[in-house]
Amino acid sequence: MQKEEKQQVATNPSKKKHQMSSEEIEETSPLKETLQQLRKNRMAITGFIIIIFFLILGIFAPILTPYGFEDQDPVNRLMTPSAEHWLGTDDLGRDIFTRIAYGARISLYVGFFAVIGALIFGTLLGICAGYFGRWIDMLISRIFDILLAFPSILLAIAVVAILGSSLENALIAIAIINIPIFGRLVRSKVISLREEEYVLAAKAQGMKNGRIILYHILPNSLAPIIVQATLGFGTAILEAAALGFLGLGAQPPTPEWGKMLADSRDFLQLAPWTLIFPGVSIMLVVLGFNLIGDGLRDALDPRMKN
Amino acid sequence: MPEPILSVQDLHTHFLTDNKEVPAVDGVSIELHKGEVVGIVGESGCGKSVTSLSIMQLVPNPPGKIVKGEIKFKGKNLTYATEKQMRKIRGNEISMIFQEPMTSLDPLFTIGNQLIEAIRIHQKVSKKDAKNYSIELLNLVGIPRASEVVDEFPHQLSGGMRQRVMIAMAMSCDPEVLIADEPTTALDVTIQAQILDLMRNLNKEKQTSILLITHDLGVVAEMCDRVVVMYSGKVVEEGSVREILKDPKHPYTKGLIRSLPNIRTTEQKLYSIPGTVMRPSLDQVGCRFAPRCEHSFDSCWEENPKLLKQESGRQVRCFLYDEEKSERGVTSNDKSYT
Repeated sequence: MQKEEKQQVATNPSKKKHQMSSEEIEETSPLKETLQQLRKNRMAITGFIIIIFFLILGIFAPILTPYGFEDQDPVNRLMTPSAEHWLGTDDLGRDIFTRIAYGARISLYVGFFAVIGALIFGTLLGICAGYFGRWIDMLISRIFDILLAFPSILLAIAVVAILGSSLENALIAIAIINIPIFGRLVRSKVISLREEEYVLAAKAQGMKNGRIILYHILPNSLAPIIVQATLGFGTAILEAAALGFLGLGAQPPTPEWGKMLADSRDFLQLAPWTLIFPGVSIMLVVLGFNLIGDGLRDALDPRMKN
Repeated sequence: MPEPILSVQDLHTHFLTDNKEVPAVDGVSIELHKGEVVGIVGESGCGKSVTSLSIMQLVPNPPGKIVKGEIKFKGKNLTYATEKQMRKIRGNEISMIFQEPMTSLDPLFTIGNQLIEAIRIHQKVSKKDAKNYSIELLNLVGIPRASEVVDEFPHQLSGGMRQRVMIAMAMSCDPEVLIADEPTTALDVTIQAQILDLMRNLNKEKQTSILLITHDLGVVAEMCDRVVVMYSGKVVEEGSVREILKDPKHPYTKGLIRSLPNIRTTEQKLYSIPGTVMRPSLDQVGCRFAPRCEHSFDSCWEENPKLLKQESGRQVRCFLYDEEKSERGVTSNDKSYT
């Protein structure tokens, strides 16, 4: 407590005089408050731990394992988990732990960029639709409706079929199918924000539309975007795995989790570990992101506080 | 008399709803001179706020549209102004404060942040200068410990303080006209008095003209030089505050004043005008107040009354004061009136 006080004084010399009155206030800055709320949420912490675990796994993959993800070892095919191969080997004698570690890179990479792409375009379109309304809203909303009318995996397949199957194209496909999810979320938020009196007040002060959007609309609609983005990581990873499973995403020998599942499904009875470990990895990562997302939603929603 | 700084001539603002055109403002004319405080009074839905939004060219379009009329500000017709020209006027030359101080500030930014933003829209000053100026403004509107308040968030301030911040923001560019749309409605009575005091001081010191929109005749009595009474989108009476409060002519104004609680009378029940405001419509014939008026006679239902000029610049829209029409009417209802 005292340390914090000192820090505040150090960073904010102008505040020395009224420390007592503003101290409580200072502690409730939005970011701090959200983090505090999150820290109280055990589920969210669990989610964080899971994601950090996979992040470390992905980043330090070359250090963590002596094998390469392409290294084949015909002698040691379909080995059970052992001290040498922690999670066993697959039908080509490749170390499954190594492939999962490198696979974490791919899944997190796809999840991150697909969500960022969907977020940027979805938010942009959603703000245009919500703020300007009229025919712009009509046009953008109908495009969203069309995108949502397809089952998402079918749409992704169509996109990949057009662009050709590769990891990058799968990423683009996943981004595209997630655009309307962000778009509609942002649009509905912007429509309610547009009617806020402070937006009218900003207009009455002579503020330009662009400035109002940047300065008032966007920051105020950030909370649901952040939550949706976190939850979106999970779905994007799941979709990437599904595309990989169908052979439309990452191409061999890329150690993509979905692809690993597909390659091993013939050995379900003979060597179940070849399926279980990639499957569990997918499940854990998605679970981790969902837990964080739920925790963030509770932390960012003022009605859920205390 | 010199040219008014802001004049609204025959303003018609219509709203299109469900294929029906609703004339929310139907031929309103208002003049505002330098340093004058003019009140617009009327009950909810009579077009007060739409008039003020029309002046700022901020009527939501669609569904709203200014279909006819002229809004002249310092000789320029604002109805023809482009959005870019309007932005230069808004906040800089005509400022506006709103009814709800609770929601007029963005909850995510500090008071200083928002004031600096408002200042820097129209003035080329550095952030530091703008911040110092914000503190100065906050002091001007009577906010205690202004140098701390600049770094606080809106939710940390009371309603009265937020309204002061809004006024500070509106005054930041020394506007010539301040439009106050029910600035005190959401505040309690003591704060109300303080805010009104503040506005009156600004009016006196800076010669800012104020267009005060309210439904509170008490506020009008305290603040205004002239008052315009509106009913259902039309001006029904206009004159100096003194004369209108002392000697209201239009039956609606009479009703409004009668329905004020009076400390001296011993009446048990407070008077209220019977009926409710009718929704304005284009195809309506006759006086809009006729259905609620106790003096209405045949002409009231058949023709639209015109705004009649009275002595000392007063105007009233009622057939009772039209000599040709009212002969029959006045004599017939004189009995009931006494």
